[in-house]
Amino acid sequence: MKTWFSISILLLWMLMAVVGPLLPLQPDEVDLSRKMQGPSAQALLGSDDLGRPLLHRLVYGAQTSFFVSFFVVGISVILGTFIGAVSGYFSGVIDLVITRIIDIFLAFPGILLVIALAGLLGPGIENVIIAMSCVGWVGFARLARAQTLSLVSRDHVQAAIALGSRPFTIILKHIIPLISAPLIVEATFGIAAVIIAEAGLSFLGLGVQPPSASWGSMIRDGTAYMLVSSHIVIVPGVTLMLVVLSVNLLGDRLRDWFDVRTRLKN
Amino acid sequence: MLEFFALLQTVLSFLVVLTLKLLVFVAIASMALAALFVFFRRLKNPSGSEFELREIGEPFLFFFSKLASVVFVTFGVVTLVFFILHWAGGDPTVYMLGEFAKPADIELLRESFGLNLPLEQQYFKYIRDVLNFDFGVSYHSKKAVITLITERLPATIELAIAGLFVALLIAIPLGMVAAVNKDTAADHGAMFFSLLGVSMPNFWLGPILILFFSLGLGWFPVSGREGFASLVLPAFTLGTALAAILSRMLRSSLLETLNEDYIRTAKAKGLHPFVIVAKHAMRNALLPVLTLLGLQLGALLGGAVITETVFSWPGVGKLTIDSILSRDYPVVQASILLISVIYVVVNLATDMIYALVDPRVRLGGRPKQ
Repeated sequence: MKTWFSISILLLWMLMAVVGPLLPLQPDEVDLSRKMQGPSAQALLGSDDLGRPLLHRLVYGAQTSFFVSFFVVGISVILGTFIGAVSGYFSGVIDLVITRIIDIFLAFPGILLVIALAGLLGPGIENVIIAMSCVGWVGFARLARAQTLSLVSRDHVQAAIALGSRPFTIILKHIIPLISAPLIVEATFGIAAVIIAEAGLSFLGLGVQPPSASWGSMIRDGTAYMLVSSHIVIVPGVTLMLVVLSVNLLGDRLRDWFDVRTRLKN
Repeated sequence: MLEFFALLQTVLSFLVVLTLKLLVFVAIASMALAALFVFFRRLKNPSGSEFELREIGEPFLFFFSKLASVVFVTFGVVTLVFFILHWAGGDPTVYMLGEFAKPADIELLRESFGLNLPLEQQYFKYIRDVLNFDFGVSYHSKKAVITLITERLPATIELAIAGLFVALLIAIPLGMVAAVNKDTAADHGAMFFSLLGVSMPNFWLGPILILFFSLGLGWFPVSGREGFASLVLPAFTLGTALAAILSRMLRSSLLETLNEDYIRTAKAKGLHPFVIVAKHAMRNALLPVLTLLGLQLGALLGGAVITETVFSWPGVGKLTIDSILSRDYPVVQASILLISVIYVVVNLATDMIYALVDPRVRLGGRPKQ
C-alpha cells in the first residue's frame, strides 16, 4: 500500500513536471488583484503574494527539483562508482590517495560545503548542479570502494585476472554489475537528499533565481506572509515533504527487495 | 548578565585558540610517537609472536593513528577551503569596490590583501596565518574574524547541544517502543514518524513551528535569542531529523541485541521486561547509535546553518550565510574551517569513547553493525 502510495505520488509529480510546459500554465503571471487568495476554482491551491497561482508554480518547481536531482545523482553515481571501484580494485598508492581525498571531503558537513560552493559560484541552476555534484560523488565512491574490496578476491574476478582481462574491463563487466544493487538504493536516497538540498539552497537565495519557480524559494516567499495567509508556506512545504517521503519509502522498499535475507523471510 | 557573557566570550576565544594549538602540538608529537612505536615493535619482534605486546600497545597505537589521521584531514580541509575560495570565489576586491571602481584602486586593494602574489606564496602565507590563528579582518565590519566568530560560537554550541538533547529525548523512547513491539501498530507508527522526520526539511519545519507555536499559540518568540523560550523551537527544528535517524538505528540495533543469549538468560531469571530492555539490552544497543551520532554531527552542524537562518539565531551558521551572501571571504573561510574542525574533533572523540566502552574496537576490528 505504502509502495503504491509513494509510486503514484512520484509519477504524478514527474508527469506534471514533464507535461507542464505543454499545459496553459502561467507560473510567472503577476496579478495583484488576486494576491494571497485562498484555494478557489480559478487557482486550486490559492495564489501567492504576487497573485501567481501556487499550483502552476509548484509544477514548474517540480521541474527544477527533478531536473536538478536526477542530474546531480546521475553525475555523482557515475563519478563516484568509477572512482570507488578503481580505488578498491587497485589497492596501494592509488587507493591510499583516493581514500585520503574521500576522508577530507567527508570532514565537511556536506550541506555546508554545498552552501559555500553554491554561494561562491553565484546563483543559477548550473552552479547548483556543480556544487552538489562536487560533494555528492563522495558517498557513492566510499560505498563502491567498500563493495569492490569485498569482490576482488572472488573467484570470477580472479579468473578474469588470470585470463588476462584488462583492469578496466574487469571493473566494468565483473565488478560494477555486482555492486549495483546497494548503489541503486543509495542513489534513491540520494535523490531525496538532493531535492531537499536544492530547495534549501533556493530557500537561502543561493539556488535558482526569481522569477523561476523552486519549491524552496516558494517556502521562503511564504514565510514573509505567514501571519496573513499561511497557505503560501504550507502548500509548497507539504508538496516537498510528500515527494521526499515517497522517495524515501521507495528507497526503503528497494533496500528490502534487494536484501535477499529479508526477501526469503517473507 | 552582559558582563558574564563578555567574560565567557573572552574565555571561549582563549580556549579555542589554546585547544587548536594544543591539538596541533599533540598530533605532531603523537605521529612521531606512533612512528617510533611501530619501528621499535618491528625491531623487537621481527618474527611475530607479539601477542603480549599487542595487548599493551594496541590501544596506544589506535589512539595515535587516529590522531595522526585527524591532523592529516584537518590539513586537507584547510587546503581544500583555500582552493575552493580561489577557484569558485573570484576576486573579492571587485565585489567590494563595485564594477565602476578605478583599476588603480582595485590594484591597491589587491596589494593590501596580498592577492597579487603568486598562488603558491598566497597559499604558504595562508597556511602560516591559519597556524597562528590569524584569520584576517572581515571585509565588511573590519573586525578581526576570530573575534566575530568567538562572539557567535556560544549561541551555536548552545543550539547544537539543545538540538542533540531533543534528538535523544525523542529517539530513545521511540526506538525502544518500536523494537520491543516489533511489527505491531506502535512499531509501524514510530517508524513512519521517523521517516516523516527525515523527509521534513528544517527550513520548512521551522516556519511551521513558528506558525503554530509563536504566531498561533504565542508560546515562544518568533526569532532571536533571548532566554530559554527562544531556544525551544530552534532546538526542535534542528533535532527532529537527527531523532528520526537515531530512532531507526536504535530500533534495528536493539532488535539484534534482544536476540542475544544473555537476554534470554535475563528473561529466564524473571527480571522485569523494562529492566531487561533498559539495562541489559540498551547498553550494547547504544554502541552503534553512538557511532552514528558522531557521524551525524556533521549533518547537525550543517542543519544549524539553516536553522539559525530561519530563526535569526545569532550563531556561526547565520554568520556563515550572511558572509557568503556578502562575499566576506575571510569570515566564510574561517567559519567553514571552524565547523569542519569541530566535526573532525568530535568524531575523534566518538572513536575514543567507542574504544573505551568497547574493547573489541581497540583490539582490532569493529563489532558488526
